Amino acid sequence: MLELTILAPALINGAMTGAVYALIALGLTLVFGVLHIINFAHGSLLMVAMYGVFFLNRHLGLDPYLAIPIMTAAMFALGFGLQKSVISRASHGRDEMILLVTLGISLIIENLALYLWSADTRNVQLPYGFAVVNLGVALVSRTRLIAFVAAVVLSALLWLLIDRTDLGKAIRAVAREKQGARVVGIDVEHIYAMSFGIGVACLGAAACLLLPIYYVNPQVGNVFVLVAFTIVVLGGMGSFVGAFAGGIIIGIAESLGGLFLGESLGQIGIFLIFIAILLFRPTGLFRARA
Amino acid sequence: MLRVSGLSKSFGGLRAVDGVSLQVDEGRIVALIGPNGAGKTTLFAMISGFLRPDGGTVAFLGVDITGLARHRICDLGLVRTFQLVQPFAGLTVRENIAIGAHVRLARRRDALARAAEVAQRVHLARQLDEPAARLTVAGRKRLELARALATQPKLLLLDEVMAGLTPTETEEVVQIVRAIRDSGVTVLLIEHVMQAVMRLSEQVYVLSDGQIIAEGRPADIAADPKVIEAYLGRGAAARMAAAAGTEPARGR
Amino acid sequence: MGRNAVVGALALGLALAVPLIVQSGFWLNLLTLMLFFGYLGGSWNILGGYAGQFSFGHAAFFGTGAYVTAILQLSLGLNPWVTMLFAAAGGASVGLVTGFLSFRYGLRGSYFALITLAFSEVLRVLATTAKITNGGQGLVIPLRTGLGNFQFAGKAGYYYVALAMTLISLAAAWCIEHSRFGARLMAVRENEDAAEALGVNAFGHKLAAITISGMMAGAGGTFYVQMFFYVDPAIAYGPAMSVESLLVSIIGGMGTVAGPLLGSIVLHLVGDLTRKVLANAPGISLVLYGVLLILILRYLPNGLIGGARALAGRVGLGTARSGSTG
Repeated sequence: MLELTILAPALINGAMTGAVYALIALGLTLVFGVLHIINFAHGSLLMVAMYGVFFLNRHLGLDPYLAIPIMTAAMFALGFGLQKSVISRASHGRDEMILLVTLGISLIIENLALYLWSADTRNVQLPYGFAVVNLGVALVSRTRLIAFVAAVVLSALLWLLIDRTDLGKAIRAVAREKQGARVVGIDVEHIYAMSFGIGVACLGAAACLLLPIYYVNPQVGNVFVLVAFTIVVLGGMGSFVGAFAGGIIIGIAESLGGLFLGESLGQIGIFLIFIAILLFRPTGLFRARA
Repeated sequence: MLRVSGLSKSFGGLRAVDGVSLQVDEGRIVALIGPNGAGKTTLFAMISGFLRPDGGTVAFLGVDITGLARHRICDLGLVRTFQLVQPFAGLTVRENIAIGAHVRLARRRDALARAAEVAQRVHLARQLDEPAARLTVAGRKRLELARALATQPKLLLLDEVMAGLTPTETEEVVQIVRAIRDSGVTVLLIEHVMQAVMRLSEQVYVLSDGQIIAEGRPADIAADPKVIEAYLGRGAAARMAAAAGTEPARGR
Repeated sequence: MGRNAVVGALALGLALAVPLIVQSGFWLNLLTLMLFFGYLGGSWNILGGYAGQFSFGHAAFFGTGAYVTAILQLSLGLNPWVTMLFAAAGGASVGLVTGFLSFRYGLRGSYFALITLAFSEVLRVLATTAKITNGGQGLVIPLRTGLGNFQFAGKAGYYYVALAMTLISLAAAWCIEHSRFGARLMAVRENEDAAEALGVNAFGHKLAAITISGMMAGAGGTFYVQMFFYVDPAIAYGPAMSVESLLVSIIGGMGTVAGPLLGSIVLHLVGDLTRKVLANAPGISLVLYGVLLILILRYLPNGLIGGARALAGRVGLGTARSGSTG
């Protein structure tokens, strides 16, 4: 069971999927770090993005990877609009209320998808969908490899955005000290909307990377919600590095869990990790703010 | 009634409270004063069970209560108020005070009735059915007081109950606190409003940088050079005495 | 108080007479479901509305009760009414354990909501893989009609049981509102530290609330199984029950006696209307539920009952009462 030929592919595939998970989690941790809200609609927004990629492919023949810029921009607009017009108004600023509002949003999105597109599972058929790449110790599908590379690149770009640009500076200021940021003239509400938009934009990119290696139906978001939350608490809420590392770790954990325990029980592993972290180390492995 | 011995607490490298000992006898009003950051609220938190001391003991009515669970300490008759007022915002004033009354009374009707009585004593009777969230700062302070009173405490720990009040409001509270003591409750209070401290208390402890630097009657404390220096800086006592021609310094 | 009692008596009389007046099986079924979800929402409300701890995984208690009922009937042939006791105990146990862990480690607010979701998801996956629950295929209880067997040929029987359960849940909420336990629970909800300073054992009270909540929801699981004859992991532990229990309470009014029931009635009327108008389109009623939730949160955070009270206050009716969520 522990032979390299079996273990290596599991590890590598896990890490690759983990990078995409990380991209999803990055959006979530950004939203938490800045707005201090737990976006329960994160999963359903991912699902919407994946449908977007699907339809772009189906009706326009657009390759999912080429759709990345379009989807990122579109999801940014969606996120920006949601925060500005719905979330900030309905929650009156209270923590539990925000969670309920995002729950409401996820209900609406998920069931609208069910109504519009039915419960059927869809996936994309790419001409190179079955191509594999030989990495020596393992064979990985080309789509997975592309997803990995793209996820790493996009994460790096996001990091640059937060760390090097003026917008990023403003975002970090608001995250650390809202009132202080306001005092120096930063439009906090605008930054909130920008941050939420960026967080959701990550989902647009992640959707382009995920659809070729997965599938989409209205329930898909639920699968990823808890995984994303687990990654974020594992890495520490609001920690960028933590979310990325956490993504890789969870990806590998899921892969190994599936290997040793079978598909369904492997899923439990993730939930148990989530519960354990919340109980015993809510600040996460990387000591970010709780 | 209350005997604190050698209580200490450190946060990281900072010694917030350093070997503090004090004693509060029954039926007195004792004040704890000192410059900001001296460790007064930390001391209160340890006495009332909200913080675990690193060292030392707290004995209440002869019983060692160090490290006892907070809600149990209240049962024994030691109750504290908070510096930053903490009303039950969604409940009415009556319901707020009733929570205190419930420490001694099991039946809802009795507790609500007791709440009305206590509200009278602190001049909150008119606002009994208003949501606590709608009270002014002064009203909220009196609500804190009322809630604590309703528990029928033996010892009341008041944390800056007069902060942020106008002189008239302060005077009102002074009268209320005196009446409380006259009804048989011992009071230990943290206060910055010096006029209130001087008029109310019979005994004053001065805390500075986590240590008791002086203790005695209000008038003696006011003249104590160590106390003056704690508030105004080293050498201040001497400077003031020289400038005023050895006139005794008054409290801040 | 006198006026409330008269209104209550009238409502009860009307409710008891319903099966005699309403002949349509469809409407009787709808009313029964309204009552049931009012009950289930009421059980959520004890932890969510009165104790202020929002659970997103209420299904954990409900599903456990449902499975306990089904398994005990199938494997030991126990009488369904008897299994209801075990189901309640099962729900209470799950509540006790999850509550102990969550509260012991100080989880509140969103973290608490998330961990309850995680717990119910764990149970769902376990139910899908375990033998005793027959995995994804679910369990079917044997058909054996009769009052003694908690199965009814017509709809009226289920209606009356649901009515009885609803009355119990209303009574429970009322008792909480008028007792020291309830007052202390609400104090914990408003401000845990201040409550502890006033002698309230916050941990103990929250634990009691979640156990009661679990117990009631567990019994609700039995009712569901008896009415639908079938349970599987998705029904038992899926998000549907969790979401509906919290929706009816929030929309009707958290921390009120009649809130969950009112919310359930409104929600099911809305759902039914949309189904009629849009000819059974899948998912649309849930979309409306989501919209309703957001609208309520935005404009009526104290729910419909809170809104009614505010209106009554402005028009000058009734006595002043505190809002439940402030």
